[in-house]
Amino acid sequence: MASSASQFNADATRMVGDLGHRQMVQQSLSGYQKARSSNAGRFQDWESARSRAAATKDEAIRHLDRYLEQFEEKLIARGAKVFWANDATEARSYILDLARAKQAKAIVKSKTMVSEEIHLNEALEKAGFHVVESDLGEFIVQLRHEAPYHIVFPAMHLTRGQISDLFQQKLGAEATSDPEALTMTARRTLRQAYIAADMGITGANFAVAETGMISITENEGNARLTSALPKTHVVLLGIEKILPRLADLSFFLPMLATAGTGQQLTCYNSMVGGPRSAEEIDGPEEMHVVLLDNGRTRLLADAEQRDALRCIRCGACLNVCPIFRNVGGHAYGTTYQGPIGSVITPHLRGLQSWQHLSQASSLCGACTETCPVKIDLHHHLLQNRRNAVAEKASPFQQLGFRAFAFVVNRPGLFAFAVRAMKCFSPLQRLFNATPADPAWPWTKSRELPSFARKSFRDLWKQRTS
Amino acid sequence: MNARDSILARVREALRGGSSSHPAESETQLADGPREVRPFLPKVPDDFAGQVALFAERSESLKTEFLSCADEAAASAQLQLLSDREGWESVAFPADSEIRGLLTGVSVGKLEVSRSTVKTDLEKVSAGITGCDALIAQTGSVLLTAKSGGGRALSVLPVHHVVVATYSQLVPDLPAAFELLEKKYAPNFPSFMTFITGPSRTGDIERVLVLGAHGPRKLTVILVESAGTNPSSIEQPPPS
Repeated sequence: MASSASQFNADATRMVGDLGHRQMVQQSLSGYQKARSSNAGRFQDWESARSRAAATKDEAIRHLDRYLEQFEEKLIARGAKVFWANDATEARSYILDLARAKQAKAIVKSKTMVSEEIHLNEALEKAGFHVVESDLGEFIVQLRHEAPYHIVFPAMHLTRGQISDLFQQKLGAEATSDPEALTMTARRTLRQAYIAADMGITGANFAVAETGMISITENEGNARLTSALPKTHVVLLGIEKILPRLADLSFFLPMLATAGTGQQLTCYNSMVGGPRSAEEIDGPEEMHVVLLDNGRTRLLADAEQRDALRCIRCGACLNVCPIFRNVGGHAYGTTYQGPIGSVITPHLRGLQSWQHLSQASSLCGACTETCPVKIDLHHHLLQNRRNAVAEKASPFQQLGFRAFAFVVNRPGLFAFAVRAMKCFSPLQRLFNATPADPAWPWTKSRELPSFARKSFRDLWKQRTS
Repeated sequence: MNARDSILARVREALRGGSSSHPAESETQLADGPREVRPFLPKVPDDFAGQVALFAERSESLKTEFLSCADEAAASAQLQLLSDREGWESVAFPADSEIRGLLTGVSVGKLEVSRSTVKTDLEKVSAGITGCDALIAQTGSVLLTAKSGGGRALSVLPVHHVVVATYSQLVPDLPAAFELLEKKYAPNFPSFMTFITGPSRTGDIERVLVLGAHGPRKLTVILVESAGTNPSSIEQPPPS
């Protein structure tokens, strides 16, 4: 199997050449951008909101142990069960055992990136359970046996034509170019799934320590149905989702909507604090909350990058990233794409295998500027590069830098080297952009800038003499 | 060591390794509550009439149908009009609620939702009619809970959701809505609480807006003016 780095290079190169795909992604994101700036504009002071959100998340992270215990205690008091999972395997086996114990024939899921992270669907299906993704975008990519393209817009890369073909083939639907008709086909199919399901699995956008509640943000209503109808409700979430107080949602909910989809508030923001209580007329009989670490404490231990745990998975950094907008979501080969994915994946899955994503950046800082919780994303990309080299330097690179340092520290030698390269430059032109070109790694996809007729040093000498 | 203890031990160990080198600028006054967050959230008019107007304006852009009625008799008449216009065959509503009174004169099939209600029956009704805990002017949202909304399913499973609210339930903003929840329920919150902001929607296909993805395709809010307490008793946001 190809390494994740060479796979990324191959996929990214292919996607960058796909102009149709690029145009489509740019177009859908330009609509988002307009909606987002008009809604961020509704805030009286978006910058103060960002500072407040960042500080609140920092507070949660600084006392994470205490808040997690409080969250657990409150949930248990209301009859929910809380399971702690060190890693993906433990989380999967808990949910598998539960599905077996409940003899769940049908399982309905609403969008949760953590379940992608632990490959839950594959595990459940392999064990013989029928799992249906209910978020429309997730439902579409599930039918295509694909990973979500984007953490918020999973099917953003597909045209209505492709979706119509898919529904014709898999659901026996009529061909149509009307997004509404396509949505209604999915609605009809999924309605049956909710009603038949024995178990519903959701994620959580926030976990409120003070009251022991999870908060789910969505537009479609699928998470509401998933947490209302089946007898067992399973919530899967990372330990970093903690917020200290219930009232913190009063600014996190509109900020997540604004940053995530450009809405003032998404359609449904639901807080669930347990199974149905004795006096309530419906709701699940059991609620199981699975708290997952899976590398998050490693990120917590890195004081320099700990702020990445503030992430509320709004996807804003993907939307503005020139790399994401050109290579697309699938090229990353990760659960979390874009700048935040490039920052945290090395912590979740290993630095050496995933540091290449930190190289795929122009360090323009658009991600840092747009992040609603002020994660210092582009500096973290630089730190990942530094850490990767410090951990395992390439001898070739080391030699190169040593030679470079040797030359630039000696002005005479430097002047000589520049003149020598200038002499070689016409020779290079003969082989420019061919594999025989010594600068081939650069020139195969870019132009090599030509040397100026006079160097800066020459010009300076002229002026001062 | 079980997973719980080992995760908590790792968290504590990690936090001992120094504080974050990227602290957020302002770390003070985090527990000061809504007073602190209002100045940066979207602006809401101070006067009640302005808040009603804002709710109406937000509703329109969200594609929520917003109807204002003078009193309960007018609300009943409005329900009859809705029933005629939409061709309702049956509606479901929480048992033992004031909705039953409003529906007395309305000629439509009625299903009182209780523990024994079958979800397939609930899915088939033409509309679910519920009360709510609050309307939020700032966002055009309806706040309801398992208690005020007749459980979890009634407000999401039927294709049309109708909310009946009173003037006294309109609050200016999200911080006021959370204050209200805490005052009304803490520490025994209903197991389910939700902010409903417009009818269900999706943009998952080419970012084209489609209403009625999985939840209701239509949302109607009927605001009854004379019922409930005097609007002047409503808590106003403190001057910023």
